[in-house]
Amino acid sequence: MSIGFVSVAYVVASVLFILSLGGLSHQESAGRGNYFGIAGIIIALVATIASVSMGAGGIASIVIALLIGSGAGLFLANKVEMTQMPQLVALLHSFVGLAAVFVGFSGYLDPLVITHGAEHTIKLVEVFLGVFIGAITFTGSLIACGKLDARISSAALTLPGRHIMNLAALGLTVLLGAWFLGAGSVAEGMLPLIIMTAIASVLGVHLILAIGGADMPVVVSMLNSYSGWAAASIGFMLGNDLLIVTGALVGSSGAILSYIMCRAMNRSFMSVILGGFGQTTSSSAAEVDSDQTVQETSIEDLCEELNMAESVIIVPGYGMAVAQAQNAVGDITKLLRDRGVTVRFGIHPVAGRLPGHMNVLLAEAKVPYDIVLEMDELNDDFPATDVVLVIGANDTVNPAAMDDPTSPIAGMPVMEVWKSSQVVVFKRGMASGYAGVQNPLFFKENTRMLFGDAKESVDKILGALRS
Amino acid sequence: MMKLGIPKEIFLDERRVAATPTSVQKLIKLGYEVVVQSGAGDPAHYDDDAYRAAGAAISMDAPSLWEQSDFILKVRAPMMHPDLGRHEVDLMKEGAHIVSYIWPAQSPELLDQLAAKKATVFAIDSLPRISRAQKMDALSAMANIAGYRAVIEAANHFGRFFTGQVTAAGKVPPAKVMVIGAGVAGLAAVGTANSMGAIVRAFDTRLEVKEQVESMGAEFLELDFADEDGGGGGGYAKQMSDEFIAAEMALFAEQAKEVDIIITTALIPGRPAPKLITAAMVQSMKPGSVVVDLASERGGNCELTVPGEVVVDHDVTLIGYTDLPSRMAKVSSDLYASNLVHLLSDLTPEKDGQLQVDMEDTVVRGVTVVKDSEITWPPPKVEVSAAAPPPSTEEPLPAAEVPEESLVKKWLGKGSLLVVTLAALFGIGGYAPESFLTHFTVFVLACFIGYQVVWNVTASLHTPLMSVTNAISGIIVIGAILHLIQAGNAGVGIMSFMAVLIATINIAGGFRVTHRMLKMFRK
Repeated sequence: MSIGFVSVAYVVASVLFILSLGGLSHQESAGRGNYFGIAGIIIALVATIASVSMGAGGIASIVIALLIGSGAGLFLANKVEMTQMPQLVALLHSFVGLAAVFVGFSGYLDPLVITHGAEHTIKLVEVFLGVFIGAITFTGSLIACGKLDARISSAALTLPGRHIMNLAALGLTVLLGAWFLGAGSVAEGMLPLIIMTAIASVLGVHLILAIGGADMPVVVSMLNSYSGWAAASIGFMLGNDLLIVTGALVGSSGAILSYIMCRAMNRSFMSVILGGFGQTTSSSAAEVDSDQTVQETSIEDLCEELNMAESVIIVPGYGMAVAQAQNAVGDITKLLRDRGVTVRFGIHPVAGRLPGHMNVLLAEAKVPYDIVLEMDELNDDFPATDVVLVIGANDTVNPAAMDDPTSPIAGMPVMEVWKSSQVVVFKRGMASGYAGVQNPLFFKENTRMLFGDAKESVDKILGALRS
Repeated sequence: MMKLGIPKEIFLDERRVAATPTSVQKLIKLGYEVVVQSGAGDPAHYDDDAYRAAGAAISMDAPSLWEQSDFILKVRAPMMHPDLGRHEVDLMKEGAHIVSYIWPAQSPELLDQLAAKKATVFAIDSLPRISRAQKMDALSAMANIAGYRAVIEAANHFGRFFTGQVTAAGKVPPAKVMVIGAGVAGLAAVGTANSMGAIVRAFDTRLEVKEQVESMGAEFLELDFADEDGGGGGGYAKQMSDEFIAAEMALFAEQAKEVDIIITTALIPGRPAPKLITAAMVQSMKPGSVVVDLASERGGNCELTVPGEVVVDHDVTLIGYTDLPSRMAKVSSDLYASNLVHLLSDLTPEKDGQLQVDMEDTVVRGVTVVKDSEITWPPPKVEVSAAAPPPSTEEPLPAAEVPEESLVKKWLGKGSLLVVTLAALFGIGGYAPESFLTHFTVFVLACFIGYQVVWNVTASLHTPLMSVTNAISGIIVIGAILHLIQAGNAGVGIMSFMAVLIATINIAGGFRVTHRMLKMFRK
């Protein structure tokens, strides 16, 4: 196939990718968008394979790699539980990173096109950058995946002098870059490239280890962005516009998601990335008056209230995913809606461990998406709500964010659940949330606590409501 | 196992009962046995069968109930039994426990009598008014009912609507209600009258309650007076200065001419109720107006009220009922019984039917007025108030300077970013070869398209967005395939092969899982 055809195929693929992301602007068009994406990839693959002449060995190895890869991918995707989505997404990020490292090395060792002069220098920079970003993405995503899967402690690891160490790693990388550019031969250049890869790998591990569990939505979005930039650098290296476009789309998508997540926590991107939330500011947090007390409620009382309520809002958090309570919550929702109760869900942007994670879990539990609303859509409606159920959420419903300027989470937009007639908080015990901030919501007059495992409690309520 | 006894109340017209079938179930869960005197719940519409069904035993008469009970749960303080001619304390087992209203300040003889019986006495009216004790605070629970009922009684004796109406026959103005004293009863009255459509004003010497009054929908009447705050500690009012009282009385006199209904709830602990509505003020009220005096049991806030009765004076109805909670026996029994359940569950931490009277606990200390033959009233003072404590000044916050500094920093940051961007663009434009510039153009434009497209993605689809971007970033497979085909040596071949393989995992896995998720989103 001629170069012209290949270019046209790539343009078509680029457009299909854009349409694929554009489709996600609404649930109804989202499914179609996914097919656009698949079509784009297939067109690009076919055009690429058809454009080069190769022997039977080449074809065989490509087919084998494609078969193993798609088999493994489909297996993973079919097996994964919806609660494990964050882990899967992080794992897939790491794959893009690793692929970028491999392609970067291949491109350096065995370039497709021989370049000279300034073009050659630019190409070397692209190789170096692609491998650097790829390596950070690879190891960082693996760590993120381990943290999300609870294989690694999700607490933030704060080594003394960690900022200095990160800066030193960056400085060293720049020096290695200079060495790499000045290298006389490919063999000579390999050494700094390998050292840099090692440093970048360690840097990726260290960066993500320093970030705590609930900041994961930002981290995963950030790694999403990195994987895009890695792909884009490889695109520059290969001079392939399709890779550049795709990388740029993915990169900006991840960057926007990170920005949305940071805004939802009222924290700067840098402060999240530098990690160690809470340790520096918690001393100024207002002490909770020891006299305050929480009021408990029982399954029976809550059922009675739900039976009498006209309007119910459910605010889920990561705890709901941990307890795997979403299906029972979905059943309760259906039951109450059948009885004519208005039930809605309020989703804080950083609820869960992945942007939009709660929406997926609720969709899995067959909750209709049009009653699952965003924080901003719902915050004005709390005063007219009879009962709010807070299931496994804590910091996202903390009134201290609005009332207490000394609180570490001051200024973070929160769900104003306390304005409703009655709030019921499902909670294991009285431990504070991720931010380590005591939650004055629990002590409010219209708040009742329902202690115990969220899943068990929700199951019991379901049973009691049915009987 | 301890036996809890619920006697029938003997105070005249007392309709409340200290336990309901629901509370009996909860008491049994705490490990106690419960005995109820036959007919104890009848005035509150709970019959013996309901108690039996809840697991209580029924005792036919008072003496046998008192005799077998280790712990008496009651509403009114023990008194002379009119039918038996014996005092209830004499009926009590020696060393038994009792919880009820006691009013220790007003009844020293009763305390002596109980101490002589070696009783442990919990006076529910002496509970410290701190948040932790709110769930057992019977005074508040009853005051709430009294406030509600006061408005209902007023409405009953008032010849007009509360709410204003425009009817075919003409316009009816709304009733104007003044509530004096914005404690629990006052606030309940404010809320009830407001929800019935009346125009409500409230007055209180404690300025700290202004916000609460306004949140209940009433106007807070303020004196034109140098701020003297009447908060007396413990959430109660204190005696005010003479000038203050004069200004206050002038305000009431002026309001009395205007309002249709006055509800007074002013009490000062340990003193007779202050006289706030004089005979002259009553006389100045419009004919048909109503005054409800919730303080009438303690002498009354109005000079003309008669405790326990409704009288008409100067064509104004003066309501002096002292048993408003008892007039709503069902709800007041429910709440009182639930207050006692909360108290008992605090006293029974192990839920094993064994009472633990921990005198180190502020709440238990406050509520216990007789223990081990000793009178333990009054307890050491506990300070609380409706308003938040004044902010501590120990840790001054670095205030004004920080924002300025960070603003400068922000501008510096933005400025330097602009400079760097310009320099980079200049460098690229000046030195980069043309082939790079074409790709660069594509890259920048793609970033902007990505920016526009991704902002349009609905927040609920952010997870599918991530997985689909995962899938399309697998497009790096193209580069890997090109390298695999042209691989000059084994190392490059293996690396390219691996790259093709893992990039394909991404493509297949990403699209597949996105598809799975999107299929689940349903209306």
